[in-house]
Amino acid sequence: MAGIVGYGAFIPRHRVTTEEIARQWGKDPKTIQRGLLLEEKSVPGFDEDTITISVAAGRAALDRAGVDPQLVGALYIGSESHPYAVKPSGTVVAEALGIGPSVHVADFEFACKAGTEAMFVALGLVESGRVEYAMGIGADTSQGAPDDALEFSASAGGAAYLFGKDDTLAEVLATYSYTSDTADFWRREGEFYPRHGGRFTGEPAYFKHVLASARAILDQTSLKASDFRFAVFHMPNGKFPLAAGKTLGFKREQLETGWVVNKMGNTYSGSSPTGLAAILDVADPGDRILITSFGSGAGSDSFVLQATDRLPERRDLAPGVRAMLDGPRRYLTYGQYATMREKMKFND
Amino acid sequence: MPSPRYTREIPTRYRLEANRCVSCEKVVYPARLVCPACQGREFEPMRLSQRGKVITSTVVHVPPGAWLMEAPYAVAIIETPEGARLMAQVVDCDPKSVVPGMEVGLEFRLLKREGHSGILCYGHKGVPTTVPEVTG
Amino acid sequence: MTQFGELWKSSLRDLFVEAASEAMRAAGVDTVDSILVGNMSGGQFVGQEHLGPLFADHLGLAGVAATRIESACASGGAALRLAFIEVASGASDLVLAAGVEKMNDGSEVTEVLASAADQETEAYHGITFPGLYAMIARAHMTEFGTTEEDLSWVSVKNHRHGALNSKAQFAREVTLEEVMNSSPVADPLRLLHCSPVTDGAAAVLLCPLSEAHKYTDKPIRILGSGLATGSMALADRKNPAVLDAVQKSCERAYEMANVGPGDLDVAEVHDCFSISEICCVEAMGLFDRGQGGKGAREGITALGGKIPVNTSGGLKSKGHPVGATGVAQAIEIYEQLRGESGARQVDGAKVGLSQNMGGSGASSVVHIFGRA
Repeated sequence: MAGIVGYGAFIPRHRVTTEEIARQWGKDPKTIQRGLLLEEKSVPGFDEDTITISVAAGRAALDRAGVDPQLVGALYIGSESHPYAVKPSGTVVAEALGIGPSVHVADFEFACKAGTEAMFVALGLVESGRVEYAMGIGADTSQGAPDDALEFSASAGGAAYLFGKDDTLAEVLATYSYTSDTADFWRREGEFYPRHGGRFTGEPAYFKHVLASARAILDQTSLKASDFRFAVFHMPNGKFPLAAGKTLGFKREQLETGWVVNKMGNTYSGSSPTGLAAILDVADPGDRILITSFGSGAGSDSFVLQATDRLPERRDLAPGVRAMLDGPRRYLTYGQYATMREKMKFND
Repeated sequence: MPSPRYTREIPTRYRLEANRCVSCEKVVYPARLVCPACQGREFEPMRLSQRGKVITSTVVHVPPGAWLMEAPYAVAIIETPEGARLMAQVVDCDPKSVVPGMEVGLEFRLLKREGHSGILCYGHKGVPTTVPEVTG
Repeated sequence: MTQFGELWKSSLRDLFVEAASEAMRAAGVDTVDSILVGNMSGGQFVGQEHLGPLFADHLGLAGVAATRIESACASGGAALRLAFIEVASGASDLVLAAGVEKMNDGSEVTEVLASAADQETEAYHGITFPGLYAMIARAHMTEFGTTEEDLSWVSVKNHRHGALNSKAQFAREVTLEEVMNSSPVADPLRLLHCSPVTDGAAAVLLCPLSEAHKYTDKPIRILGSGLATGSMALADRKNPAVLDAVQKSCERAYEMANVGPGDLDVAEVHDCFSISEICCVEAMGLFDRGQGGKGAREGITALGGKIPVNTSGGLKSKGHPVGATGVAQAIEIYEQLRGESGARQVDGAKVGLSQNMGGSGASSVVHIFGRA
């Protein structure tokens, strides 16, 4: 059975707090923190982007897998902030990781689920026997307009998953994808900031697809919430994933390990994949894990995984998510944050 | 930087590929045609470790245009365990904290953008491994 | 030589013509056999390459052999050396060696100067020219205990000399406090540790010694010339605090001239940054390695001291029009040995040295002069 042979995540070291952003716009920090369950978020440096984050996460995945990068037959990067409008991120990442030239590379996009999408396809290629190893990465340096709710959550980070058939750290027991055309959040070509449908992004978009996808995979596998040790859902803010989990019958203890959004923010294509990495950092052999992503537009990918005996042996070969969240970091003022996120106009 | 030149330099910049001189064992980075130590012309390919130690450094306050937003930033000469020395920025820390002797890891970063419409230039920068602290 | 400074009214070609004409007038000549002009980057500063024919043409000498010589900030010294070799070989009997740079016509000076560094391994990473010397300074401070104050004394001394030089860009003194409080450029170097951005030109005429009496009654002889290179990138040097190329170029010049550091009465040394003077006086053999800070601090290299260095004001106070510097240094020694330096005169100066350096020390060219 195919599964994850290596995984890695990367979160930039700069932060800006909900309080700092709220103060900028004359809002009450406590109201925002309570409403969104967000305390702070990661901010990418001038020298960081989806490509650099993917390379860091990809290196960690290869380190944990102990696999020669030359054996990786496919590499997919899912993001909604690819650095080039035309020119793949995947080719830069492949060369940096020492993958190729015999490799299939493509960039994916589907709002926040481009990461699990890349994972979905990578897994499929391995399962079919077409390639021995394939990597799917979800990474983003997402942008929120000034004085918009998204500004509190849009952050930067990513996670990489290397799939193979042997020596897996977690087996993939099932996958399921649920998709419909729902314009809850979008960005037109040439626009700098995305737009969203306000409350329409909730029940008819996020919840409809996440719940449908999760229920279908539970049905498909004849499993219920209590059969799992961990569950992680896409985290556009702190509240939605906890609400979705509760509706599906998951308890707080099952949700809290993957729930990294309050300190990380929403890393879009990196969101649930990073939550999954946080889970793999501590899961015991035999633990069942559910991951359900959500991408506006809209769709949800679900995976059911089971940790293997090999996981505890390999996971310390690269940094863990908690260590990155709690480790060396630098807090920015709103002005520094806005400069770094290119919200200010400068002379050429 | 023009694309042909950038593409040629990818093994050096992305993978820290270097040469070891067959005659005198000197590690040459970036790789060259002639060994600077013994003038030998035969080499074995190798890659540098992704870490090293700061030999000397400075903090640039007056930057060239491409780095205007990032100043002040630290730049250092870093020596890898193989004995190769390279120049790189050291980031994700207070620039003033970068001093000779500091241990750094080498991370893949965007080194510069060629304006609004040119290519993106990637490479490595140092990130301290020794001092964990929260700042700001 | 022209005034050194921000010369808004003078173009690159104007500067050359002014300095060259002055030299030719002083010698009473209206043509030369050959022109060698040192210039770091007419191309990047003002978009103009092919300076040899351009300058010959504008001097009214189209047809005369003329070439531009480049070795970054050592271009002037390199032009002087090649002129010396051209005359010494017998190929020419009257050679104009000039240096010129026009830096203030709106170019991105930081970027142009950074092209003297290694493009692939240094400039690509965002280092600046001051940044390279800052790294040298830090290495020197770490290994030898040199202090920021030591660096600052060099600036103070050179400004004291430059205040007496009407051609200097900054003909005024500075205090130690001013230097140590000036704005940071690249730690540990501050604004007043760095030579300025300058327009200017300088020119000299060289001829065989036997002909010198035709042009002047006080010719100054070139006793020795030495040129050396070192590793281009700072990372490739054995010790970033030691300027090997400077040491080698001095040794070669001393050998040709048959003199040693102890025989020097006066010297012009390449103080593009305060630390450079400290490293260069060590490399020249005037001070032990690591002890160069003593020079300015204790007045040993000041006017009135044991071995005055940079009586012109150095690059710091006089200015540093990159390609012109090497030739301007030679002019200072020339005037000193002829007893024409006025308030800056080193009494009885008989033997002088000029040392001109390129990039972060990857090239260095030295000349030793004596009374004929």
